[in-house]
Amino acid sequence: MPVLRRLLIALPSVMGVIVVTFLLTRALPGDPAIYFAGPAATQQAIAEIRHAMGFDRSLPAQFVDYVRHLSRGDLGTSLTTGQPVLSELAARLPASAELTLTALVLSVGIALPLGIVAALRPGSPVDHVCRIITTAGVSLPTFFTGLLLVYLFYYLAGVAPAPLGRLDTFSTPPPHYSGFYLVDSLIAGDFVTFRAALGQLLLPSATMAIFSLAPLARITRASMLAALGSEFIRTARASGLGRRRVVCVYALRNALLPVITTLGMVFSFMLGANVLVEKVFAWPGLGSYAVDALIASDYAPVQGFVLAMALLYVMLNLMIDLIYCLLDPRVRLDA
Amino acid sequence: MAWPPPDSRMAPLLAVEDLLVEFHTRSGTVRALDGVSFDLRHGEMMALVGESGSGKSVTAYAILGILDTAARISGRVVFDGRELLSAGEKAMGAVRGSKLAIIFQNPRTALNPIRPIGKQIADVLARHGNVTAAQAQRLGVEMLAKVRIPDPKRRAAAYPFELSGGMCQRVMIAMALACEPALLIADEPTTGLDITTQAAIMGLIAELVASRNMAMLLITHDLALAAQYCNRIAVMHAGHLVELAPTRLLFATPRHPYTANLIAAAPGEGAGLDRLSAIPGTIPDLRRGDLPACRYSERCERVTPDCRTGPLLRLDTADGRRVACRHPL
Repeated sequence: MPVLRRLLIALPSVMGVIVVTFLLTRALPGDPAIYFAGPAATQQAIAEIRHAMGFDRSLPAQFVDYVRHLSRGDLGTSLTTGQPVLSELAARLPASAELTLTALVLSVGIALPLGIVAALRPGSPVDHVCRIITTAGVSLPTFFTGLLLVYLFYYLAGVAPAPLGRLDTFSTPPPHYSGFYLVDSLIAGDFVTFRAALGQLLLPSATMAIFSLAPLARITRASMLAALGSEFIRTARASGLGRRRVVCVYALRNALLPVITTLGMVFSFMLGANVLVEKVFAWPGLGSYAVDALIASDYAPVQGFVLAMALLYVMLNLMIDLIYCLLDPRVRLDA
Repeated sequence: MAWPPPDSRMAPLLAVEDLLVEFHTRSGTVRALDGVSFDLRHGEMMALVGESGSGKSVTAYAILGILDTAARISGRVVFDGRELLSAGEKAMGAVRGSKLAIIFQNPRTALNPIRPIGKQIADVLARHGNVTAAQAQRLGVEMLAKVRIPDPKRRAAAYPFELSGGMCQRVMIAMALACEPALLIADEPTTGLDITTQAAIMGLIAELVASRNMAMLLITHDLALAAQYCNRIAVMHAGHLVELAPTRLLFATPRHPYTANLIAAAPGEGAGLDRLSAIPGTIPDLRRGDLPACRYSERCERVTPDCRTGPLLRLDTADGRRVACRHPL
């Protein structure tokens, strides 16, 4: 099983992540015991709380304790909400995933055709539009794009709903199947909720899409240009193959290889960009959860968040590798 | 329909008349071809020889209509009674790969790296023949057998990176010949192959071409190779066709100074390396605004002032030769 082997190879990096996040959260300024005890607490009360939390023990002892809990699937309990971190992450993951995936579909859906057309007609208006969009996309920070979109479409034009989370106050969440509001509302046949959820989703996902569009469109254009100029395209043309076959089968499939690699990187950037976008749009996802916990020196959620991200990243890389294997016969998974 | 049609027997299969190709680039206009004319009869094997940059491949690509879009082409290319330069992309697509095929150099990069070779041959068959995908696949395997690839059925699923350079060139040959073309252009088919494979590949091409009564235009810089397989040789220099003659006559009595020097520069039997004479200078920069009328004049020992200024004279002689020189040997 090459897939299994590939997963085993990722194990050391996951262990590394566990160690680093543990150490990093301990190195952060701020004392959770003081925060938890409140402003009126006495020195003695703080010390008692610290003892109860286990923070007065040595770092190695704390780490062993942490790993022991982790192996039982226990990510600890949030000090601010009092809820187990695992269930909170699980509840918030669909919100982030729905946002990120929608943004990814949006940006791939725009970047790929744009890059392909720009490569087919270099110097054409489409090519210039492609260049402008990619330049703008990389130079605008996501929180700025987000605020700009809110200002334009909510405040000025009034066509977008208030940036206040996944649903407006008048809608109720659809019954839980996948946690994705778009999917769940469709399953339930509730088109009113579907439209409301889609409306809320549009601006934040567009914000992230604009950010991730640039590298994708640029690499699509570049690799498509390279593929179209290669010798095997000349052979295909000399064999009389039709333009569609030459472009879609011969050039595009070869050009997709670097695009897939970039897609993996873009996706991991998006996981990071999530944090800011979720804050701007009051999105109840993993990113805003982690930021809140970090400000409160709440160790367990931060550790849980970083660990979840690391695991997501490992899975993502595995998926990219698998797609690569399907597309390129020269790449072997077990090699 | 029988190929070739009986009434076209007398007319040449391919007639190139006054072919001119220019590339407009940022650093100036490259006058890649100027006044290139030649005929090719049915079943004839002719060679186009010359050093790198002399315009051999550009001639081939212009005939096929696969030059870069920056190229400006004029003149006439009549193939099988049809003018190709004015034919649309759609009409050209139907001719390319079916009646007019080409084999490129560096077969490994000339094949799609991520598509099984059998599929690549089947693509050509499916494009030109009225066959289903399954039939095309089966015919592709048959073609692989005809170019003597062992175990063709299994090899059809292989990718170019899994095959040797010689095997890849056999695949290219199978692809080019799949639709029984009337003319095969072989553009330095043995470049990039090791020396023992070269002979085998060239032998295979010549054998298949002869057995199908196809015409071949062999593009090479190797005079000896051209002499071995072709009845006529056209010598190119800097975008001009300087001499065209039957092979035997070309070697016996070269008329153009460049041809004579080329023959003297080629290692022959018994001739030691010390007897090889290099041709002085290089091909002139074809972007120059002040290109002389005869582009060889700056390297020529027989040059007179009118070689540079006067129009280039192209002399046709009674024995079917043509030489583009004011002072032929």
